[in-house]
Amino acid sequence: MSKPKGFEKPVGVRDYLPRATRRLRRIERSVLDCMANWGYDPIKTPTLEYYDTVGIASSTPDRKLYKLLSSRGQTLVLRSDMTAPIARVASSLLREEPLPLRLSYHANVFRAIEEEAGREAEFFQTGVELVGDRSPEADAEVIALAIASLQAAGVKTFKFAMGHVGFLNGLFDEALPGRTDAQQALKERLLHRDYVGFRETTESLGLKREQQEELEGLLRLRGGVEVCEQAAGLSGHTLALESLTHLRSVWEALVDYGVSQHVLIDLTMIGDFSYYTGMVFEGYAAELGFPVCSGGRYDNLLRQFGRDVPATGFALKTTRILDGVDDPAGEEERPALIVYEASRRAEALAEAGRIRAEGGAAVTRLAAENADSENESGRYSRVLHFAGENSPVQ
Amino acid sequence: MGEVLKVAMPKGRIYKKAAQLFREAGIVIPDDVDDSRRLVIPIPEANMEFIMAKPVDVPTYVEYGVADIGIVGKDVLLEENRDVYELLDLGIARCRMSVIALPDRQPGIHLRVATKYPNVAARYFREQGEQVEVIKLNGSIELAPLIGLADRIVDMVETGQTLKDNGLVELESIFGITSRLIANRVSYRMKNDAIQQLCDKLEKVMPGAGAAKA
Repeated sequence: MSKPKGFEKPVGVRDYLPRATRRLRRIERSVLDCMANWGYDPIKTPTLEYYDTVGIASSTPDRKLYKLLSSRGQTLVLRSDMTAPIARVASSLLREEPLPLRLSYHANVFRAIEEEAGREAEFFQTGVELVGDRSPEADAEVIALAIASLQAAGVKTFKFAMGHVGFLNGLFDEALPGRTDAQQALKERLLHRDYVGFRETTESLGLKREQQEELEGLLRLRGGVEVCEQAAGLSGHTLALESLTHLRSVWEALVDYGVSQHVLIDLTMIGDFSYYTGMVFEGYAAELGFPVCSGGRYDNLLRQFGRDVPATGFALKTTRILDGVDDPAGEEERPALIVYEASRRAEALAEAGRIRAEGGAAVTRLAAENADSENESGRYSRVLHFAGENSPVQ
Repeated sequence: MGEVLKVAMPKGRIYKKAAQLFREAGIVIPDDVDDSRRLVIPIPEANMEFIMAKPVDVPTYVEYGVADIGIVGKDVLLEENRDVYELLDLGIARCRMSVIALPDRQPGIHLRVATKYPNVAARYFREQGEQVEVIKLNGSIELAPLIGLADRIVDMVETGQTLKDNGLVELESIFGITSRLIANRVSYRMKNDAIQQLCDKLEKVMPGAGAAKA
C-alpha cells in the first residue's frame, strides 16, 4: 500500500461537518429526551474494553472486532456494541442498585467490516437496556419505546418485525431431537435469510413428509397476532408454546400502547446477535435500504459478568437514520454578526451577551477597512454595526 | 395497487427465461424490454420497474435497497455473499459450478486455479483441505488450462459443449445453480404484500415447483 495522501482517512470512518453534526445532535437530543421521558437514565462507558470480557460477550465475530494491545500486552477491543459494556456495568458498578434498571445511551461503536460504501467501521447507536425484568410487559415497553424513539428522530414511515428465538429453539428441538447439528443448520439458514436453503435443508434431513411440511410452514408465519395461533399448531414443545404465549402477551400490550399497527410478527426472525434468548425485533424505515433498529431479550448475557438477571433492549442505528431524515424547515439558526469600532466595544459585547442570554447566537468582530461584504455568503441572520456615536444600525 | 416494485433484472441469458416465467405467472411484460438500451424501464402494466443490471451486480443493488427485489443466479449469490433474503428457487437457467481440467495434466506443487468466482473457488478447495492459488479472470476461463496459466478452473457448466470442444474434462461438480428471487431486507417488510403476491404467482409456474413450496 502506498502512503495515504493528506486528505485521506481510514476506509469506513466519516467526518461529520457542521450541518451533519447539527442534525446528528438534534436526533441524539430528541431521542435521548424521549427515552428520559420513559424513565431511562443516560450512561457512558469507555470506547476501549477488554477482549476477554466485553469483546467475547458482545458475540461479534472475531474478524469484525478491532483489537489492539495495551502497554501491558492485554488484548483490548474497540466496543462493537453497547449492550455488552452496559451488562458489565450493571453487573459491577450498579450491582447494588435496585432492579429494574433503565439505562439509555448514545455512543459510537466499531466494527471492522468489508471496505465498502455504507458499511461504516465507526457508527453511532442510540438505545436503551431494561435490566432485571423478564415479563412480556418489559419487552412491550422496549418495542413501544423504540417506536417512539424512531418517531422522535423524525422517521415518519416505518415498520417493526418481531419474532422469538425460544419458539425456534423449541420447534427445532421437537422436530429434530438430539440432532443439534441439523438444528444449527436450520438456524444458520434463517440467520442468513436464506429461505431457499432452509427448504433444501428440511428436505435433506430425512423427516416424515408431515414434519417437513410443518418446518417449511414456518416460512409463512408472518402477520398479526393470529400467527401465534397458527404456530401453536406446529409444535407441542413446552418452550415453543411458552414462547408463543409470551409473544402474544407482548402483542396485547402493544395493542394497548396503541402501536401494534406498526408491528408484524415473523417467526423466522432469529436476531443478528447470538446472545438473544427470547423476543427479538427489527425496525425498518421507508427509503433506507438497511434496518434502522434492532433489539431483543438477552437473559443470559449478564450472567457472564456474574449477575444472573434478565434484560431486554434495543439500539437505533442513528447514523443510518441521519441519512434518511430531512432537516425540519428553518432548523438552521444562523448567528447575528456584531461589528464594532474599538471605541464602542463594551456596548457591542454587551449586546452580544444579551442575544446569547436569550438563547440566540452572536458573532462579534472588530470593524476592519475594506470589509464591506459581511453578509455575502448568508452566514449571518443579520449584521449589527456599532460605529461612531450613533446607536447600532442594521 | 400499492407502490411500484423495483426489480433488478440480469441482462442477457437469464433475462429471457425470467421474463418468460413472469409471463407464465400472468404478469404482463412487453416483448421488447431487453432489446431496448434503456437501463430503467417502467412496466406500469405490472406495477413494476425493471432495473437492467449486469447479473453480478444484482445482489448489490438489492442489498443497498435501490432495487426491492432481484433475480440472480445462485453462483453470483455465493460469490458475492450479500445480506439479502433468498426467497425462491425459480428453477430456471439451470446449470452447475464445476472444477475443470485437462485430462492428463499433472498439477505442480502449488495448485493454481483460474476462475471468475475467486471466493467460491477458495472456499471449495479450503473445504477439501487444499490451499490453492486463485487467479481471477473475467471471461473465456477455458483458456487458462489450455495455455498453461492454471492447473484447474472453477466455472459454470451448462451443457459441457465448450469443454468438449476444448478437450477439457469436468473433475467434480461443486453445486447446482438455478436463478433465485432475492429481496432487500427493508423492502421485504415495507412492501411485503406486493412481494408475497409475486412469490405466490411465481411458485405456481416455477419448473420443478414441488421442490420449493413455501
